[in-house]
Amino acid sequence: MSYAGRILHVDLSTGKTETEPLKEEMAKNFIGGIGLGMRLFLDNSKAGTDPFSPSNPIIFVTGPLSGTMAASAGNSYAVVSKSPQTGHIAESKSHGFFGAELKRAGYDAVILKGKSEKLVYLWIDDDSIQLIDAQHLKGKSPHEVETAIREELGDFYIRVSAIGEAGENLVRTASIINDEFRAIGRTGMGAVMGSKNLKAVAVRGTHDVNVADLEGFVEFVKMIHERMKGPATRKYRTLGTPENVLVLNAIKALPTRNFTQATFDGAEKVSGEYLNERYIKKIVGCATCGMRCDHIGMVSEGPYKGTTARVEFECLWALGPNCGVDRLDAVIEAIYQCDYYGMDGISTGVIVSFAMDCYEHGILSKKDTDGLDLRFGNAEAMVEMIKRIGSRKGWLGDVLAEGSMRAAEKIGKGAVKYANHIKGLELPGYDLRTLQTAALGFAVSFRGACHLRSGAYSPDVKGKVNRFKIEKGRGKIVMKGEDTYNIIDSLILCKFSRGVYYEELEDMAKYYTLATGIKITPTELSQAGERINNLAKVLNIREGKGTREYDQLPPKIMNVPVPDEGFAKGAHVTQKEFDVGLDDYYEVRGWTKDGIPTVEKLKELGLQDLVPIVKKKLAKTQTPKRKGKGGE
Amino acid sequence: MTTIHERKFVSGDPAKCVGCCVCEYICSTEKEKAFNPTKSRIRAVRLNPFVNIAIACRLCEDAPCVAACPRDALDQSEETGLVIVDEEKCNGCGWCIEACDYGAIQLHPETKVVFVCDLCDGEPKCVEWCPEEALDFTTKDILAQKARIAVVKKLFQEALKATI
Repeated sequence: MSYAGRILHVDLSTGKTETEPLKEEMAKNFIGGIGLGMRLFLDNSKAGTDPFSPSNPIIFVTGPLSGTMAASAGNSYAVVSKSPQTGHIAESKSHGFFGAELKRAGYDAVILKGKSEKLVYLWIDDDSIQLIDAQHLKGKSPHEVETAIREELGDFYIRVSAIGEAGENLVRTASIINDEFRAIGRTGMGAVMGSKNLKAVAVRGTHDVNVADLEGFVEFVKMIHERMKGPATRKYRTLGTPENVLVLNAIKALPTRNFTQATFDGAEKVSGEYLNERYIKKIVGCATCGMRCDHIGMVSEGPYKGTTARVEFECLWALGPNCGVDRLDAVIEAIYQCDYYGMDGISTGVIVSFAMDCYEHGILSKKDTDGLDLRFGNAEAMVEMIKRIGSRKGWLGDVLAEGSMRAAEKIGKGAVKYANHIKGLELPGYDLRTLQTAALGFAVSFRGACHLRSGAYSPDVKGKVNRFKIEKGRGKIVMKGEDTYNIIDSLILCKFSRGVYYEELEDMAKYYTLATGIKITPTELSQAGERINNLAKVLNIREGKGTREYDQLPPKIMNVPVPDEGFAKGAHVTQKEFDVGLDDYYEVRGWTKDGIPTVEKLKELGLQDLVPIVKKKLAKTQTPKRKGKGGE
Repeated sequence: MTTIHERKFVSGDPAKCVGCCVCEYICSTEKEKAFNPTKSRIRAVRLNPFVNIAIACRLCEDAPCVAACPRDALDQSEETGLVIVDEEKCNGCGWCIEACDYGAIQLHPETKVVFVCDLCDGEPKCVEWCPEEALDFTTKDILAQKARIAVVKKLFQEALKATI
């Protein structure tokens, strides 16, 4: 069976370690990945803990398929903690090679607590666990750390997941990066590692990973490999996600200059087509995967000559159109710098664009920027600003390192109008004014603004709904997307491969059973997805968040209509329609109008033990008061 | 008896290999009934995203690993060119590992004797599974031939266009 059956606890304050068995019931109920990670977080943390407190656990967790040859899922891991950006529950996934190694070392999860006195890295060598001095790695990039650790431990096949300078500096958007360019990108997990003085986790795993039905499993994987050669993965194998640039631009859904316009005049020059023709030198893959999607770009001339980075749509968008930048050489350099300092490229881009918007509106002066001409489109200024954020250099670098929500409050003068985040997590690259199912989906996402919690942009982009309005029925679309994505993120399948599961939950349930030997039906799996969403919601409520007033949209989406000429002109989300959407979503979820799971719902999902957490809150909000406060 | 010209082996093409290690996983599955790259007869190496290749036994003429074994635990089949390990005689001393320029013969993590590619009875699983078709089950002569054809195609692109 493909679970390792073991959970490792490491106390970074004392160096003490212990293992506990993973119970089968826990495994079946929460699957693995983010589901299991969030359940373990709940069981190993106290309400109201500061994200940077030593007692805030950070959990590295594998999935039931990690370490097997499951295409796209054999290589994965997730990290769960409380987010320093949002104060809500945080989760992020990454692929590459690290996750498989952690499973082979024999762990379903590693729960890290406490704080080391000095900078250290955790060395997991199968059963041997050590904390090793990392002061000589201070300030080094994740990739430099990976190279150094392999060298000093003397094994090329050691896999490393590390933070850069940004994580050490508690930059709230700091990421954790493994295998050179795969990131636990969102929700600031790198900063939590930094707060514990933990520079890296290095792993060598030599144990077998077994599945319950080897023959059936291998046959299933072979089928997935064949499907991966087909149309479901075409986009990822050819132009890659940057294909989105021209697609979104054509339907006026490409956020430009900090969500001011919905089309970009320089779109052609930052398109997937342009990128692949001039910059992409090789497309590579993660361990065990039959498709290949990592588009490796290289700049061959100009000021950034020689820079290499993995380029995906989101970071390209955040550091390109969103900052008004139409130069791919600078975009590749900016992505490289984000990876070098170890920062979420999406959030970093949206934070820089926020500062640019403030600068253009006179809220930030040249004095505030230490002489930097931070207007939209100034590529050099953008790259410099990224470095200042990563190193917290200068007044503005230090302020922006706090993320757009906190920075807007510190800057004042109405800067909040230009901050594009939900719950403190910056928006990804979809214009929510012209993709309104996505607007609802992003608003209710438990980890903050996210396209990958529900994929709610998909029905909008594919024209399955009227994307310029929110109406009854959208709640169900969002909920279904969320529940499926919760399963994908608990099995930790790569979302780029989601199209190859033709029968969706049926295929996923089969995959799970072949690997683990634990029987599960598609209905049970779907219910696990619902259970995981409710668990996340209850965790947020435990932290004093999670209610309706936190499921909101940024001011620009509500109050600034699309200015672009043509069919989308004037589009924005109205409070009235948004409220209809929230009501509809809460209703299909079986939650109150305030967005709180009911006692009955929790019992139905087998989450009886969480009832005390919501009970107090439910009593307080018995009579529904004014619906959300909207986008002020 | 076959000559080195006729011996087919598993050859990796660095231009096609993307470093996904599917070959390692299917090899350990086929040979050991478990997922474990450290038990794979073929190993992938990624130096950086641009430089990837998988390496298995190249069936050398007068294989240096065989010559290096002080215990006569290794033998090379005259018929197929395969290196055969006598697990009773091998004590894991590693002279053969030092002798191999390609790191193709390795010490098994559990049995503590060396192990090497056996071409899966003439139908290598890694070649069948490689998603990029970066692995070839071929002879050195055919490899040379393919390289010549590729370079001539490149050199005479214009002339080719004119004739099609």
